[in-house]
Amino acid sequence: MSLPLIVLVILALAAAGFVLGRGRAMASAGGDIRLLHSLPGYYGWNVALAAMIPAFLALVLWLAIQPVVINGQVSSMISQASIDQSSLDLVMSDVRRVAEGLDTAVAAGALTSEQAGSIRTEFTDVRDRLGQVGVALGSDVTSETLHAAQRYRELSGLGDLGRAIVVLGLAVLGAAWAWQRSNKDFRARNSVERVVRWILIAAASIAVLTTVGIALSLIFNTVEFFRLYPAADFFFGLTWSPSFGGGSELGIVPLIWATLYISLIALAVSVPVGLFAAIYLSEYATPAVRAVAKPLLEVLAGIPTIVYGLFALLTVGPLLVDVFGNGGLLGVNWMAGGTAVMTAGLVMGIMLIPFVSSLSDDIINAVPQAMRDGSLGLGATHSETVKQVILPAALPGIVGAILLAASRAIGETMIVVLGAGAAAKLSLNPFEAMTTVTAKIVSQLTGDADFASPEALVAFSLGMTLFVVTLGLNIFALYIVRKYREQYE
Amino acid sequence: MNQMTKPEKVAAMNEAKISAEKVQVFYGDTHAIKDVSIRIEEKTVTAFIGPSGCGKSTFLRCINRMNDTIDVCRVEGNILIDGEDIYDPKVDPVQLRAKVGMVFQKPNPFPKSIFDNIAYGPRIHGLARNKAALEEIVASSLQKAGLWNEVKDRLDEPGTGLSGGQQQRLCIARAIAVSPEVILMDEPCSALDPIATAKVEELIDELRENYTIVIVTHSMQQAARVSQRTAFFHLGNLVEEGATNDIFTNPRDKRTQDYITGRFG
Ligand SMILES: Nc1ncnc2c1ncn2[C@@H]1O[C@H](COP(=O)(O)OP(=O)(O)OP(=O)(O)O)[C@@H](O)[C@H]1O
Ligand SMILES: [Mg+2]
Repeated sequence: MSLPLIVLVILALAAAGFVLGRGRAMASAGGDIRLLHSLPGYYGWNVALAAMIPAFLALVLWLAIQPVVINGQVSSMISQASIDQSSLDLVMSDVRRVAEGLDTAVAAGALTSEQAGSIRTEFTDVRDRLGQVGVALGSDVTSETLHAAQRYRELSGLGDLGRAIVVLGLAVLGAAWAWQRSNKDFRARNSVERVVRWILIAAASIAVLTTVGIALSLIFNTVEFFRLYPAADFFFGLTWSPSFGGGSELGIVPLIWATLYISLIALAVSVPVGLFAAIYLSEYATPAVRAVAKPLLEVLAGIPTIVYGLFALLTVGPLLVDVFGNGGLLGVNWMAGGTAVMTAGLVMGIMLIPFVSSLSDDIINAVPQAMRDGSLGLGATHSETVKQVILPAALPGIVGAILLAASRAIGETMIVVLGAGAAAKLSLNPFEAMTTVTAKIVSQLTGDADFASPEALVAFSLGMTLFVVTLGLNIFALYIVRKYREQYE
Repeated sequence: MNQMTKPEKVAAMNEAKISAEKVQVFYGDTHAIKDVSIRIEEKTVTAFIGPSGCGKSTFLRCINRMNDTIDVCRVEGNILIDGEDIYDPKVDPVQLRAKVGMVFQKPNPFPKSIFDNIAYGPRIHGLARNKAALEEIVASSLQKAGLWNEVKDRLDEPGTGLSGGQQQRLCIARAIAVSPEVILMDEPCSALDPIATAKVEELIDELRENYTIVIVTHSMQQAARVSQRTAFFHLGNLVEEGATNDIFTNPRDKRTQDYITGRFG
């Protein structure tokens, strides 16, 4: 029984269970809803959930376990000789491929399932036969592989049968058990709500577990990296020059420096512009202006960062060269090419404007009207009110917004790759090309390097460093924002 | 409850501080104040009473032009303070609000220190030449508001940390600090408990010596306790205005009588 079919059958069972459960509860109350403990729908849901949840859980477990078991069974058939020749993994993937090929051949009618189970390499060119039905194999099929593949098919067939029986059996049993309990005094509502709570808990745990998983994989690989490369050289090394032949210098300082430099420029652009825009929109703009300007500003936030990267590369970079480059408007020669810290910083700043402005706008709007009235009522002008009452009151929240913007700037990649270049450098000149932690993570992992080499593993410690820094910033920002929230009540 | 001094009748002798003539207020298409004319006397407490939504707050906010901050609000007619039309284009509403202070229904101290709360107005208007003068203003305003003894040791603590009643007196002190001539109070006690209310009422009675006070209240007893004159509003109209004793003992209008005897409200 195929997987989609099983799912459909479970759903059908659940639907039937819903109707039956509801009907049984109604019947037990003699058709009078008022005699039921819960609304009739709850009885239906109770049965439907009892049919679905154990069945789906069993299905997921089975799907996870079956391949492992079969792999173990089949791989014991592979001789040591062929393992020595390549590796167990490669042989096993060959086996799976042949098994799939046989499946396809059977499905296409080129072989009967009997033939598929009994063909022998001695009599048939299996590679040829499979080639005819469109399954291309890289090498000739040895008799050992073919045997293993046939065993593999056999076991899978068995497993699938067992899966269908167990899963559907559970669905039927669950539904029957819940159906039998459906009578007017059964507290179906409480039971359904309990199940719903567990579903919510499961969803929340998935999110948390994923975070933990990400952190663990980072930590694991970072530890691996520090075994190959001294931590002190990584954190305090002033040179970044990976060479995949070995003998690389992997100092993070130039990358951190460029990251902070670019983020600083980005914040220098986005904080004043975003904040002033927020003050204008929340305090001075008429509702009509606000209705147009606010969504327009927020459109900026929806532009993918790669587009900003293109903007940096094609527009801002050349423009800056025209001003600061050789023979430029200012007659200085500070800037050699379009990619520079300044280019990336400016564009990133533009990207962050809506981020800062819409957060600050919310925060300024959250300052109670009573504060404004109090100040205006004392004869303060509107701008005195903004400067002396509203901004101080909103300041902690605004600082939080800025910290959140900073952690986005630090994590930004695309704009850096296209706008700031790829050369790791330690320089004060903002018109020089540099590169950041994130951009280097990409380039270290997209090369041909062996995944176990320090040149590749360094990406994880870079990622870990970034993770810790942005996590710290976020926690700090949230702490400040929360503290601010408590202030008025 | 503590013994309140029954305000004596001083009404008729005083000058008119504020006089409004045929005032109309519109919120968009809603006609909130209809043809209201009233004279408010100097150094007197005048109470505005009336059922909810009748326009008391709206009319009060006309007197210091707080309605200007509401986009849809339009005011017609004349309001004179000391014979000067406050809606004249020459008048700066910001200057006017320094002269006509306001205390709101919910205490709204700024999230600053107690000192800075009081010093806010004087600083903006440049009322103090130096730090000592500023401290003097703060101290005397707090004394006038009867709050000095309670807060004199903690002037740099946040004003939001005071109790509700203290906060409201802080707001009154804040208004006094810019030396206004008129103080408008919109239900200043509605968020306070009876004891804090009594303190504020006592304070209002003392302030009458130096300031012209207009107070909106929903409590008939409060109007009777603190005011010398009372104005009854109904559906945007000023139904009746007169000495508080007369309004409460001998109302001329049927609607006033119904309201003060609790038949609607
Ligand atoms: N900002 C506003 N926009 C539109 N209409 C308003 C506004 N403020 C008040 N109104 C309307 O004006 C009328 C008078 O309101 P106002 O607040 O002056 O009443 P009030 O007498 O103070 O009532 P309460 O005793 O409940 O405070 C009401 O009908 C109200 O709906
Ligand atoms: Mg009101």
